[in-house]
Amino acid sequence: MKRSLAWLASLLALLLPLSAMAQQGLEIDIVGGNAAALPIAVVPMPYQGSAAAPQTDVSEVVAADLARSGQFRPLPIGDITEKPTRGGEINYPTWRALNQDYIVVGRVLDAGAGSFRVEYELFDVAKQQRLLGFALTARANAMRDVAHQVADAVYEKITGVRGAFFTRIAYVTATGTGRAAQYALMVADSDGFNPQTVVRSPEPLLSPSWSPDGNRLAYVSFEGGSSSIYIQNISTGARELVAKYRGINGAPSFSPDGRRLALTLSRTGNPEIYVMDLGSKNLTQLTNHFAIDTEPTWSADGGTIYFTSDRGGRPQIYSVPSGGGSATRVTFQGSYNASASVSFDGKKIATAQGAGNNYRIALMDSSLGAARWSTLSPGSLDESPSFAPNGAMILYAAREGRRGVLYAVSSDGRVRQRLVLADGDVREPAWGPFRLPR
Amino acid sequence: MNNTTRILLAAVLCTAAVACTKKVKEEAPAETTPPPAQTEQPTTAGVYGPSDLDTDACLRQRVVYFDFDQDTLRPEFQAIVGCHAKYLRDRPSSRMTLEGHADERGSREYNLGLGERRGNAVSSAIQANGASGSQITVTSYGEERPVCTDSNEDCWAKNRRVEIVYTAK
Repeated sequence: MKRSLAWLASLLALLLPLSAMAQQGLEIDIVGGNAAALPIAVVPMPYQGSAAAPQTDVSEVVAADLARSGQFRPLPIGDITEKPTRGGEINYPTWRALNQDYIVVGRVLDAGAGSFRVEYELFDVAKQQRLLGFALTARANAMRDVAHQVADAVYEKITGVRGAFFTRIAYVTATGTGRAAQYALMVADSDGFNPQTVVRSPEPLLSPSWSPDGNRLAYVSFEGGSSSIYIQNISTGARELVAKYRGINGAPSFSPDGRRLALTLSRTGNPEIYVMDLGSKNLTQLTNHFAIDTEPTWSADGGTIYFTSDRGGRPQIYSVPSGGGSATRVTFQGSYNASASVSFDGKKIATAQGAGNNYRIALMDSSLGAARWSTLSPGSLDESPSFAPNGAMILYAAREGRRGVLYAVSSDGRVRQRLVLADGDVREPAWGPFRLPR
Repeated sequence: MNNTTRILLAAVLCTAAVACTKKVKEEAPAETTPPPAQTEQPTTAGVYGPSDLDTDACLRQRVVYFDFDQDTLRPEFQAIVGCHAKYLRDRPSSRMTLEGHADERGSREYNLGLGERRGNAVSSAIQANGASGSQITVTSYGEERPVCTDSNEDCWAKNRRVEIVYTAK
């Protein structure tokens, strides 16, 4: 216990440099700990070139990523006394004495034309065996991307699960109140760094949804006084109005093949789920019920659409074949389940679950057959869960006082961290897809 | 909903809310107005004009409040519905938008649906009082435009509302 507290304290110390850069983006603050996390030493990777050193400390970003996952416990920087930069320099007894299972070493070299080359290796300390050895080249402004890719490779080699650190997140910020409010749809790295504004509006923005290639976002905007759905290219800023029917135009969700968009329209007088073919803009109506049907989200194979409906009295999650058919109720625990996010393997469904005045993120896990529920957040107004593309973590929105903040929680609920914008109200997180094709 | 469940619901709400002693205040102004005379009498003398929107005690009330997770019009708001219906009847060129709102609890998209239901409930009630549906537009803002931003029942009660906005007087 004492040891884990000390570990937590040193981990926070390790993260201090991140907090100092909070003005730049989101602040990261780990609020839970996982005693079963694997000990790993990420040794500082010195710059050995002759030009100006890159600003990004690659090993620091790698260690922070691994810590946030909840699966790893990086050795505090102050405990790293030896600084090997390649396998031959590792003195194994030192790391065994520090109870480390794994060690990452590396160095940063010049690659010409203002680029850098990061060479790194991962070793199993007990077996004294090299598990990984790679080099990555990037320009100075892409060094954080390189670090996230290193963390992804280390994470996957050890856990067997693809890493999702080199990904982006989208979210909505609000500043000011009432009629003076300003809204912005933002995109940032998965750790909250490099925030970029996609669109600003004096009217509410909500429900961002990533295209599967990560190039576009669909979202709801109230510009013009009522809801409408836009699809916007993140890098060019070009955008297209895809739905502005009478009534609600809400809850867009790209199909896994990127060719269709599920959405909610109340043009018939009542919210129903539709699928729009993005080529022809033709609409197929999937639900037809006097209840509120909304928040469609696709299974990874595109065959099923999950949605929220109060056809049973209170909101619950239902599923319907994406080609049409009858709806089946999916959630049976909790009086209120909404905003489903489905893991890539379809085995886990995260919801915003309400009980009385408490709204928490709940996880329905069907990996072992019968559904097992767990609560991933403490409440009391938690909402909008969004799975990482590898299913290992979930982003969600919470309220603290009068402001909204984002949390990321490991899917086992063991580690949570807060990502807070320096000022204003943050909500509606959406975790983007993998950035490298495979 | 019967009285027992109503009391139970109130009790559940009160356990977490700080200010459960405060009943929704908006009921008071509705009671002080004497509108039933205006709702049903097709008198030619009492025809509303645009200036009445600023002076008439009933027409000046433009907000209808709702219970948690409900879209049923509470009896005390029948008066407001009645006088605004009469205004639409008296002035066929007038148009109104009913902006439906929800409190912050639960999902934003579901609350968009809830706001629309409340707008539709007011729209139906106004039409039941003789106004034309073509004069009414319903827009839901869900929980996106709160008038009060504290997380307690007092505040939530103020946010669960339909605002009557005249787009043509």
